[in-house]
Amino acid sequence: MRRLFALLAALLLAIPLHTGQALAQDYAEESLPNPRQEEQALALMDAIRCVVCQGQPISGSNADLAGDMRRIIREKIAAGESPAQVRAWLVSKYGDWVSFQPQVSPATSPLWLVPLATLIGGFWLLSRRIRIGRKR
Amino acid sequence: MIAEAGLAALWLAAAMALLQLALGALALRPGQGGLAPAIVPVAMLQALLVSIAFACLIATFARSDMSVLLVAENSHSAKPMIYKIAGTWGNHEGSMLLWVTILGLAGATIAMFERKLRADTKLATLAAQGAIALGFYAFLLFSSNPFTRIAGVIEGQGLNPLLQDPGLAFHPPTLYAGYVGMSAAFSFAVGALVTRNVTPQFARAMRPWILGAWIFLTVGITAGSYWSYYTLGWGGWWFWDPVENASLMPWLAATALIHSVTVLATRDGLRAWTIMLAVLAFSMSMVGTFLVRSGVLTSVHSFAVDPSRGIFILALLAIYIGGALALFALRIGTVTEGNRFDIVSREAALVVNNLLLTVILVVVMAGTLYPLALEGASGAKISVGAPYFNATAGPLALLLMMIMAAGPLLRWRADKPKLVLSRMALALLAGAAALLALVLAGGQIGAMPLLGLVAAATVAVASLAPLWKRKLTRTPLFTFGMVMAHVGCAVSIAGMASESAFTQENMVAMAQGETKSVGPFAVTFAGLREFPGPNYAALEGVLLVKQGAGKPIIMAPQLHQFSDPPMLTNQAAIKTFWNGQLYLTIGEKAVGNRWLVRMWWKPFVTLIWLGGAMIALGGLLSLLGRVKRDLTGKRAADAPAREAPAKEAAT
Repeated sequence: MRRLFALLAALLLAIPLHTGQALAQDYAEESLPNPRQEEQALALMDAIRCVVCQGQPISGSNADLAGDMRRIIREKIAAGESPAQVRAWLVSKYGDWVSFQPQVSPATSPLWLVPLATLIGGFWLLSRRIRIGRKR
Repeated sequence: MIAEAGLAALWLAAAMALLQLALGALALRPGQGGLAPAIVPVAMLQALLVSIAFACLIATFARSDMSVLLVAENSHSAKPMIYKIAGTWGNHEGSMLLWVTILGLAGATIAMFERKLRADTKLATLAAQGAIALGFYAFLLFSSNPFTRIAGVIEGQGLNPLLQDPGLAFHPPTLYAGYVGMSAAFSFAVGALVTRNVTPQFARAMRPWILGAWIFLTVGITAGSYWSYYTLGWGGWWFWDPVENASLMPWLAATALIHSVTVLATRDGLRAWTIMLAVLAFSMSMVGTFLVRSGVLTSVHSFAVDPSRGIFILALLAIYIGGALALFALRIGTVTEGNRFDIVSREAALVVNNLLLTVILVVVMAGTLYPLALEGASGAKISVGAPYFNATAGPLALLLMMIMAAGPLLRWRADKPKLVLSRMALALLAGAAALLALVLAGGQIGAMPLLGLVAAATVAVASLAPLWKRKLTRTPLFTFGMVMAHVGCAVSIAGMASESAFTQENMVAMAQGETKSVGPFAVTFAGLREFPGPNYAALEGVLLVKQGAGKPIIMAPQLHQFSDPPMLTNQAAIKTFWNGQLYLTIGEKAVGNRWLVRMWWKPFVTLIWLGGAMIALGGLLSLLGRVKRDLTGKRAADAPAREAPAKEAAT
C-alpha cells in the first residue's frame, strides 16, 4: 500500500501540477503519518543538538543541517528503528556532543554525583541544626 | 563629540566609584566618622555620571553615528528607531555599560533611601558597592570601550533580526536590573560582616532590596521565556540553554535568600547561611555575566583565542567572590548560627526549601559549567540539555512543591504533625481529586507531568489556606504577597505540565485550499500575500481556523527575509483561547507549489507565564507590605516574635 502510494506520488511529481495533493513528503519539515512514531521522533529531536547552531535542539532550528537530521530521524523511526538505536547511530556519526542526554560514564559522573553530594551534605548539616524530641 | 563626552563621563564615574570605596574605608576607621556623610552625594554623582555615559551611547545609536565602531558593527541606518535605541544594549559593550549603569543606580538608591540600617553598616555596604563598580568600570574602560571611534564606515552591519523585536527593548534591562540588583544583597552581606552586624534588624533592612531585585529577575525570566516562545517559531518556551541557565541560577539563589532572610528577620536563625546565600546570589549573577559575555559558550577555544575579556571577568569574579568568601571565613567565627528549631516547624520547612533550591542550583550549575570544564581539561565534548535537567531538577522541584504546600501552614519553632495534616486536609483532597480526574480522563500522561499537575492542585489550595478564617482587611499585604507568589508557582507548574502532557503538533506541507487538523482545530490554507516590511521582505500565509462548527477565524503567520544581515525569521501567529494557545508558523516553499506549515495546539500553555507574572506580583505585594510596615508600624516590625501567636504563624 505504502509503495503504491509512493509510486503514485512520484508519478504526480513528474507532471507539473498546481493543485498538488499526496505529494512526496519531506520529513525534514513534515510529521510522520503515524502519531505514535511522530511522538517518539519528536522526543528524540528535542534531545539532539543542532551541531551548527548555538545550543539549539534540532527540533527548534531553521538550519539546513537540522532539517537533514530531522529527516533522518523520522525516516529511521518510520522504518521501525527504536529511538535508542537512532540516538546511538547519531552519536556514532557525530560524537557525544550531538546528544543532549549525556552518557553515564566516569567522565560525566560529576553531573550526578555533585548534586547528590550536595543533597546528602545538606541534610547532614540540617540534622545538626534540629532539636529532636525535646518539647518546650 | 557625543562619544568623547560619554567616555569622559565613564572615566569620571569610575573615579567616583574609587572615591566611594576610599571614603567608606576611611570613615570606618575610629575617629574618622566625620567623612561618612560625604559618601551619599558621591554615590549619587557616580550614578548620574554613568547614566550620562549610557545616554551618550544611546544618542550615538539613535543618530546612527557610524564613526563609532560599536554602532557600525551592530546597527544600520535603515532600522526602525526603537531597534536603533534598543540595539544599544543588544551587543557586548553596550550591555556591559547598561550593567554598570544599573549598578550605579542601585548604589545611589541605597545611599538615598536606606534608613533602617546601622550607620556604619550602611557605610561599609556603600563602600562594597563602590568596589564592585570600580572593577566593572575597569573592565569597560580597558577591554570593552563602547565609545571607540572608527573612520571610513558609511553603513553599519545591522542587528541580528531575531533581536529586532520589542522584547529587546524591555527584556535585557529588566533582567539586568535583577542581576545587578543582587549586588545590593552582596554589599549588604559584606557590610554586615565588616561591621559585625548580622542581626534580625539587618535582615529586615536587607529584605526589601532582595525582594526588589528578585521581582526584576522573575519578570525578566518570564518575559524572556515568552519572547523566545513567540520569536523563535518552534513553540518551545525553555531550552535549558546556557544563557537561560545563567539567568535561572541567580533566581534560584535569590529565591532561597528571600526565604532564609525571613528566618533571620523573624526568628534570628540561619545567620551564617543567609550571609552565604547573599554572596552566592550575586556571585551567580556575575558567573552568568561571565558565561554570556566572555565568549566561553560559543566555544572553549574561542575563549582561549581571544581571552582578554574572559580573563578579565574571570579575574573580577575571583577577586569579588574570593574576597567575600575570605571575609566570610574570617568573620564567621564571630557569627553564631542563632536559634535552633524543631523538625516540624516553619524554620525546618524553610531550611528544606533552601536546601532543595540550592541542590537545583547545583544541578543547573553542573549541567551548564561541567561540559565546559570537561572540554577544557580533556578536550572531550559533551552536551548537557533538557533530558538531563528535566530528569534531575524535575523531581527536586516536585519535592519543593510538597514543602511549599506545607510550609506556610506550619508554626514557627515547633508544631504538631497531626495539626498540620488537618490544616492540609483540603489541599490533599484537591491533589487526590486531580489525580483521579487525570487518571480517568487524561489519557496517556507521563509520570512527571502527572505528578506536576497533582502537585499544582495541592499547592494552589494549600497556598490559599493561610487566608482561611482570617479578617482579610487586617491581613498584612505581605501575607497576600506570599499567597499570590505560591499560587503563581502552582499555576506555572500546571502550565508546564499541561504543555508537556497535552501538546499536539502537526507539521505539514499544504497547497492552497487544503485543510489539515491539529488538536480540535481544522486549518485551511487560504492563500499567500507578499509585501515589504520596514527592513525585510515579508511572506504571509492566510490560514482559516475552524473549531467544530464555529465561525472560522483568520490567522496569518509570516516569514521575514532580512538582508542586513541576511537571515530568515518566523513570525508565528498565536491565538489565545481560554484553554490554551494555537501556534501557527509558515515556512518555505515545498515541492509541488505547497508551503510548509507548522501547527501546535498547546493546552493551558499560557499558565506558565501567567504564573510567572503572579509570582512577580506576589513579590511586589510583599515588598509594598514590608515597606508600608517599615514606614507606619515600626513598633510591630521591631517586636521580635518571641511568643509566636496564631496569627504570626501565617505571616
